Amino acid sequence: MITLAHFVGLSFVVFTIGVVGVLVRRNLLTVLMSIELILNAVNINLVAFSRQLGDLTGQVFSVFVIIVAAGEAAIGLAIVLSLYRLKSSVNLEDAAEMRG
Amino acid sequence: MALPFPLSDLLVILPELILSELALGILLWAAVVKRERERALAWASLASLAIAAALLPVAASFAGELPRSAFGGMIALDGFSLFFKALTLLAAAVTILFSLRFVGTSPYPGGEYYALLLLTTVGMMFMASGTHLVSIYVALELMALSQYVLAGYFKQETKSVEAAAKYFVLGAFSSGVLLYGLSLVYGATGTLSLGGVSAALEAAPRSTLLMVGVVLVACGMLFKVASAPFHVWAPDVYEGAPTPVSAFFAVGPKLAAYAIFARIFFDGFGPRSDDWAPVLAASAALTMVVGNVGALMQTNVKRLLGYSSIGHAGYALLGLLAYRAGGAAGQPEAFGLWAILFYLTAYLLMTFGAFGLVVLLEAKGYATESVDDFNGLWKRNPLAAGAMVVFLLSLAGIPPTAGFVGKYLLFSAALKAGWPALVVLGVLMSAVSLFYYFRIVRAMYLVDGEGEVRWREEPAVAVAVGLCFAGTLAFGVLPQPLIALAKSCLLP
Repeated sequence: MITLAHFVGLSFVVFTIGVVGVLVRRNLLTVLMSIELILNAVNINLVAFSRQLGDLTGQVFSVFVIIVAAGEAAIGLAIVLSLYRLKSSVNLEDAAEMRG
Repeated sequence: MALPFPLSDLLVILPELILSELALGILLWAAVVKRERERALAWASLASLAIAAALLPVAASFAGELPRSAFGGMIALDGFSLFFKALTLLAAAVTILFSLRFVGTSPYPGGEYYALLLLTTVGMMFMASGTHLVSIYVALELMALSQYVLAGYFKQETKSVEAAAKYFVLGAFSSGVLLYGLSLVYGATGTLSLGGVSAALEAAPRSTLLMVGVVLVACGMLFKVASAPFHVWAPDVYEGAPTPVSAFFAVGPKLAAYAIFARIFFDGFGPRSDDWAPVLAASAALTMVVGNVGALMQTNVKRLLGYSSIGHAGYALLGLLAYRAGGAAGQPEAFGLWAILFYLTAYLLMTFGAFGLVVLLEAKGYATESVDDFNGLWKRNPLAAGAMVVFLLSLAGIPPTAGFVGKYLLFSAALKAGWPALVVLGVLMSAVSLFYYFRIVRAMYLVDGEGEVRWREEPAVAVAVGLCFAGTLAFGVLPQPLIALAKSCLLP
């Protein structure tokens, strides 16, 4: 029997992978994918809670999250591309002209 | 088919609707306008902002009695949102005046720039009036997505693209953390409207799910207002982005973020303030120290102002903490909140003023960056040097400036609310801030300049700086009108 706890547990694991990916990986494309993982974890949560509560708001919210994620990916890739044109690299460490 | 909302709801968001249309119109016009005529785009954008500002009272009068809720509780029009909408429109207008400096000298076409600036303003206006977590999130992303592009607008310059990459990664990450927190809050309370969340929290027992959710939302919000320990992106982004955009980032998004911060945490999580107040208090203390101590070591003016804005975020957090001591929301005793409204107005004026003078200084064809570029400014342009001194005094919180009154109100609110240790720390850190602000004063008055740096004559920027100057002094000498206005614009 798959219960709510399983979904929330899965979502927590996906979220953790995403957070670790953003913090540890230096390749911008991998970081972008990790951000998508975080958003997917959110969607799993929203849909699972929505089903549990019998309330549609959560599912509607997850559609909004998917749409915004698409826009975010488009802008993220555009930034990666202009960085690649200047530096011939998509590594965050090569984009370290400024301190910090 | 019947609409799911009464048509009169559209009047509530009239300024935002018209501003979005005008932004898209400017985007279309930019596709055909000649490069020599680009100045017209800037004036059209300014006119759009003026129209939106003029429509604010119209929308308020159409809406009838305030607060007016619309679209099934997604949006609310109240004094609080009107105050923030007016401030964000002002911030965008000043930014456009600053950007006029680059018309004709920058190799980048300006059309999309103005359209993005207007769209990000629409996002901030919706943030100010969102009362449902879905509308707040979508408005936040409308603001943020436009800003990632604005940060990287000088796309041939490594610094600008680097700023965009860092802003994007950390901004998208913080949105993700915020969202995950929201999803847990939804799971624990079964609703996404702020009123519903608040009602559910009154009744619901303490649960781990809820605690984690609230803490993650707090972390996401602290990212957005650039508070420690989530502040690392701010100095890099402010340094790398085009200077008018840095000025805008230091003010506009922070105003909007404080608006939703206040709404989510008081209207939504208010009943659990014992859980999140210590988190905010720790962050406020850390932010004041990190911002002011970090600024001591900076030689780049934009970075210095970036760290100083982190310090100011710490002071403003004191106001958020103090709010809950003031009694029920909307009561005149909600001292912390109107102190924040006053402080943010003062912060807008003085930060834009200081950034405006950085925009005007020009070294080797580009806007200046180094504190040394201010050397001997007093001899070459006594008026500008004098104005800069006033802005810096105001940032440091010395009378007779608006910054002093704002800080005084915030600190006394925090004292009343029972955070004396934080107030002592805040006063100490204000003293520390004198050191780095006075490095610029020293450079202007005591060091001889080399003459490499010259002034770019741009009346539009001078007008904007003049306005900030007048406001900084006027609200410093006569704060009562603004205080009265802030008191009438509290959360309902």
